[in-house]
Amino acid sequence: MAKVLVVTSGKGGVGKTTSTAALGAALAQLGQNVVVIDFDVGLRNLDLVMGAERRVVFDLINVVQGVAKLPQALIRDKRLENLWLLPASQTRDKDALTEEGVRRVISDLRTKFDWILCDSPAGIERGATLAMRYADEAIIVTNPEVSSVRDSDRIIGMLDSKTVRAERGERVEKHLLVTRYDAGRAARGEMLSIDDILEILATPLLGIVPESQDVLRASNVGCPVTLNNAGSAPARAYIDAVRRLMGESIEMTVPVERKGLMDRLLRRRAA
Amino acid sequence: MMNVMRLFGGRAASAPVARERLQILLAHERGQGGGGGSDLLELLRGEILAVVSKHVEIDPDKVVVRMDRGKFVSMLEVDIEVPNGVQRSKMVAAT
Ligand SMILES: Nc1ncnc2c1ncn2[C@@H]1O[C@H](COP(=O)(O)OP(=O)(O)OP(=O)(O)O)[C@@H](O)[C@H]1O
Ligand SMILES: [Mg+2]
Repeated sequence: MAKVLVVTSGKGGVGKTTSTAALGAALAQLGQNVVVIDFDVGLRNLDLVMGAERRVVFDLINVVQGVAKLPQALIRDKRLENLWLLPASQTRDKDALTEEGVRRVISDLRTKFDWILCDSPAGIERGATLAMRYADEAIIVTNPEVSSVRDSDRIIGMLDSKTVRAERGERVEKHLLVTRYDAGRAARGEMLSIDDILEILATPLLGIVPESQDVLRASNVGCPVTLNNAGSAPARAYIDAVRRLMGESIEMTVPVERKGLMDRLLRRRAA
Repeated sequence: MMNVMRLFGGRAASAPVARERLQILLAHERGQGGGGGSDLLELLRGEILAVVSKHVEIDPDKVVVRMDRGKFVSMLEVDIEVPNGVQRSKMVAAT
């Protein structure tokens, strides 16, 4: 049965779009049929991170308004044939996205895919509530930083009240994904620790993605990091996260600071 | 030694790729004026579909529109499945 996941955070710039692309690609790499949907109307970026920006013809709003059929708007990934993108519109009016329209699109996608990943816009306004509205599960992307954790808490509250599942008295299963984790700064006590975050948010941990140059490099070339460099630390973190989503139990390791000359050279080198 | 080679020149820098991708994308987006207008490719797509649907009934499920925006040339591919028989007579009737 299809699963609808929203990737959300409240706070902007924490890594939702990066994570949607990486998790979507990782699921597809494991043979699942996946579609990633960009809900960031007006500021779409998922197409860029996926490297599909030159191929966008129709978008989510076109489908919602009946201008295009769903199959016409879906863009198939060039590297993975079971990975698809439904892009957001760049220019049109945000209010063009209606709850009923989104419901129709998602129930249509449910018949075609195993996983539907919704990349939420930042904030707690309409765009974010629409992205989470029909979710079965949520991935809450958090950085180890007070404002991010606070916003995650608000988003958790919304997941428990504003989703269709919540209104029906059902549960939206929640997973915490800590991204941009800097082991060095955590060791020096400059960043909230994983334990701190887990204690405050009381949400099961899905994974810890380290701060890494590999993420920037992947987005430069328009390729999800799990595809661009599957052996890199962030890619391995995303792949483990996806295995956990699929029900495997995989030990969680907190990244530790890498030291040494080679590493310092690597760090200094621009991407 | 291998590692050092890899370190300094083994992997191509990704920033030039990013630059190129952005140039292409922005050239098209700026053309749209940001106000919801459409660029040439969008215009062509709309008009081609309109002309064809004047003569044959297009089943929206049988239309595939693909686009590839390039730096110097872009490609617009409109693939319309036209059932034989019925449609042919309509086409004849229309000429
Ligand atoms: N693990 C990471 N290591 C290094 N940089 C990262 C990492 N994750 C994300 N980034 C960078 O952080 C920036 C924001 O990421 P991204 O666009 O995915 O966030 P977002 O939550 O989708 O933002 P918005 O709220 O604007 O939609 C990007 O420049 C991205 O490359
Ligand atoms: Mg984003």
